[in-house]
Amino acid sequence: MSDKMHIKLTVNGEGREFLAEPRELLIYALREHLNITGPHVGCDTSHCGACTVTLNGKSVKSCTMFVGQANGADITTVEGLGTPDALHVLQESFREHHGLQCGFCTPGMITRAAKLLEENPTPTEEDVRFGMAGNICRCTGYQNIVKSILAAADEMNGSEQGQTVEAAE
Amino acid sequence: MNDLTPNREERTANLKGMGCARKRVEDARFTQGQGNYVDDVKLPGMLHGDFVRSPYAHARVKSINKEAALALPGVVAVLTAEDLAPLNLHWMPTLAGDKQMVLADGKVLFQGQEVAFVVANDRYIAADAVELVEVDYEELPVITDPFEALQSDVVLREDLAGQTEGAHGPRKHHNHIFTWEQGDEAATNQVMDSAEVVAEESMYYHRTHPCPLETCGSVASMDKVNGKLTLWGTFQAPHVVRTVAALLSGIEEHNIRVISPDIGGGFGNKVGVYPGYICSIVASIVTGKPVKWVEDRMENLMSTAFARDYWMKGKISATKEGKITGLHCHVTADHGGFDACADPTKFPAGFMNICTGSYDIPVAYLGVDGVYTNKAPGGVSYRCSFRVTEAVYFIERMIEVLAIELDMDAAELRRINFIKKEQFPYTAALGWEYDSGDYHTAWDKALKTVDYEGLRAEQAERVEAFKRGETRKLMGVGLSFFTEIVGAGPVKNCDILGMGMFDSCEIRIHPTGSAIARLGTISQGQGHATTFAQILASEIGISADSITIEEGDTDTAPYGLGTYGSRSTPVAGAATALAGRKIRAKAQMIAAYLLEVHDDDVEFDVDRFVVKGAPERFSTMKDIAYAAYNQAIPGLEPGLEAVSYYDPPNMTYPFGAYVCVMDIDVDTGVPEIRRFYALDDCGTRINPMIIEGQVHGGLTEALAVALGQEIAYDDLGNVKTGTLMDFFLPTAWEVPNYETDFTVTPSPHHPIGAKGVGESPHVGGVPCFSNAVQDAFRAFGLRHTNMPHDHWRIWQTANKLGLHD
Ligand code: FES
Ligand code: FES
Repeated sequence: MSDKMHIKLTVNGEGREFLAEPRELLIYALREHLNITGPHVGCDTSHCGACTVTLNGKSVKSCTMFVGQANGADITTVEGLGTPDALHVLQESFREHHGLQCGFCTPGMITRAAKLLEENPTPTEEDVRFGMAGNICRCTGYQNIVKSILAAADEMNGSEQGQTVEAAE
Repeated sequence: MNDLTPNREERTANLKGMGCARKRVEDARFTQGQGNYVDDVKLPGMLHGDFVRSPYAHARVKSINKEAALALPGVVAVLTAEDLAPLNLHWMPTLAGDKQMVLADGKVLFQGQEVAFVVANDRYIAADAVELVEVDYEELPVITDPFEALQSDVVLREDLAGQTEGAHGPRKHHNHIFTWEQGDEAATNQVMDSAEVVAEESMYYHRTHPCPLETCGSVASMDKVNGKLTLWGTFQAPHVVRTVAALLSGIEEHNIRVISPDIGGGFGNKVGVYPGYICSIVASIVTGKPVKWVEDRMENLMSTAFARDYWMKGKISATKEGKITGLHCHVTADHGGFDACADPTKFPAGFMNICTGSYDIPVAYLGVDGVYTNKAPGGVSYRCSFRVTEAVYFIERMIEVLAIELDMDAAELRRINFIKKEQFPYTAALGWEYDSGDYHTAWDKALKTVDYEGLRAEQAERVEAFKRGETRKLMGVGLSFFTEIVGAGPVKNCDILGMGMFDSCEIRIHPTGSAIARLGTISQGQGHATTFAQILASEIGISADSITIEEGDTDTAPYGLGTYGSRSTPVAGAATALAGRKIRAKAQMIAAYLLEVHDDDVEFDVDRFVVKGAPERFSTMKDIAYAAYNQAIPGLEPGLEAVSYYDPPNMTYPFGAYVCVMDIDVDTGVPEIRRFYALDDCGTRINPMIIEGQVHGGLTEALAVALGQEIAYDDLGNVKTGTLMDFFLPTAWEVPNYETDFTVTPSPHHPIGAKGVGESPHVGGVPCFSNAVQDAFRAFGLRHTNMPHDHWRIWQTANKLGLHD
């Protein structure tokens, strides 16, 4: 067992501090020390993207990074994208277009898609398929995920309110 | 009534009942990261378990030294077979009537087999300690080929030595498990001998794995004060798990609570009982603390249930005009080290005997021999109903081979052999009674939509252009027509570990007119909370938005056999409708009382009962619900509840027609899917949005299996595809857009006519993708080549046919 390290992170806008072994993967640190269980573990070998978070402005597979490496980082997870009263456009769009089934890939998908749309607000279908290729879904066959993301892009471009819409209904 | 009273259409729309594309109620929590999967379960003082696994595929375990591991701070226990033996838990029964080691008892039979279970304060310490357990192995000869296994002197299962009788009859050899025969072999051979045309082919349906995005896991918590065991886990059949846990542990069943929380996809992987579940239970009993076990991806691919691995030898006979006269099929089934197939007890090869497909074949024979090898145990239905994927692949390849033999168009060959609409209910040569179908209509619609003749003309031009050296791309037109058999099943012939395969639904109507319904099934992404509420809404006239659906907690839900083999809608869906009808029957009496008329003088109308002939006099379901709790109605008990256990009279038989158009680059072996058209007939459609989603998902899993996904072993039994680097899961980049379509042929025996759809697209999709690849090379003499058609294998096919010369 190695010594514990004092870790400071900003997660979803909130400062968090805790002790962890530096070798712990960021995904486990988020899930087990901070109880942020939106990001999931689908492989822990950087293939599936279920653990995707935004770290210092980039999409990162949080199973690919030690928590020691992430020290000081600013992290956004799916929990930080919207609130129950003001969902992120993508959260609403995935529901609207049936972009999820078991939901296990969904937090990573939405987090990655949010970044993708920031990088490229007017993507083509091809851009979306390429930009999402690091995130695996076993349930949906992607067609409705792609549809959800393209619809969200349209909505965000046409909408005055920027990134959030009032929760539907 | 006045102008503000909604009309009948509005009232129907408000119900969000059957047939509408209701948005899913599950999605709010999943899109906000608030799902509750097993790895999210966190209990005070919880310990973590991790396995020491065998690096060898076949070896004797000479000794296990735990000392160094136990000396590591934070390690609480290390369990081996020796520790489990006094509890009689070192072996466990499999669903197939065999038994399986929980922890290696003297030897190991496959790479990745569980040898010892380390329990520690956190997952990192547990993983460190796994490395410190010293196991002394003596390597034994490895057999990964079932044909070799049947010849070899090496006895894989020493525990069965001398047993000539297995769970499914006589064993012919020490590595043989069972022989299962269906149909009339003598009559079939006779037809073959005198047939005008006979086509023969051998094909290997490779081993693969369901690989849901969430791996398997469990959390066991033994409360010693109250004597209660709570077990959370990735269980597609939580009630069966409770019964098995009771039988194995000796804890009385009422003291065991099994909870399937949200499940991150199952596809058959989460039907069986795994050593990890048992070890987490034992560890919790031993330590008195909750114990979590969650496997990693490599463990999932190497040790939990695989699918397929069928060596199929077929013979099909026909007249010169193409009318099929007989079918013969023999399968050598590689089951790995233990027979852990998840099939109904009386069906050791599942429903492989649906292999006559959608065709009117007068006589047939099927023989299956199950064999042990040094590979992981399993044989589950990966997104299909008990080996139906194998059966449909077999017949749809045999049809193509016969078409080549007859020099006939494969679409036409299918058409002239389809079972005709007026022949239903149709009893097939291997015994199943198909409940309903209209294959010709579906086929014609499919071929017309894709302009089949146009495609064939284009393909012929392409072949000419290729020969002239103008293109390096060939074009394949993949066809498949499938009949599924789902909804297992009638209790008279379907059981799992002796439990009849019924399912159940219990409904409680609350005083203010909302409701909760609990079912014996468990969703793994299918959207049960959404669709079952729709069934109920239409049956009882309460809006789906006012109905909570709950599944997966054995303390609250009625007993059911779970979700797999597309059985939820056919079985639990029927139970839901029938329980709803019981509610409605009582509601009718209450309404009559409230309206002061005779029971027979009121009738159900969408969301209310009305007095016959006087629709302005009515009682809404809301009024009725309230009255059930606040009025003393003579002759009626208070309350409004119902329960139904449904034993289906027959299976349901969904079908579909698929066409895939593919371009293949012969120099790179890369296939490009230009078009995929899928017509599904799943009977009555409950939620078209969810059906379409199921079809997209099933087709994508079919694409994976047909074009690259496999569990491969080397000669030493090493798994060559143990990570997602080698095990193909398609990404958004590789997957096309699909066109979906439908016809509706309701099941005549199902209360709402529904047949189930989740698995059809996988069953029909695999042969469709495979046929497209093979069809591209038909003009150059290809008859059959085995899946998976990855780029390398396609390139090899092109090369063997001389297309690179
Ligand atoms: S868990 Fe991180 S990529 Fe799969
Ligand atoms: S919804 Fe199940 S993995 Fe994507």
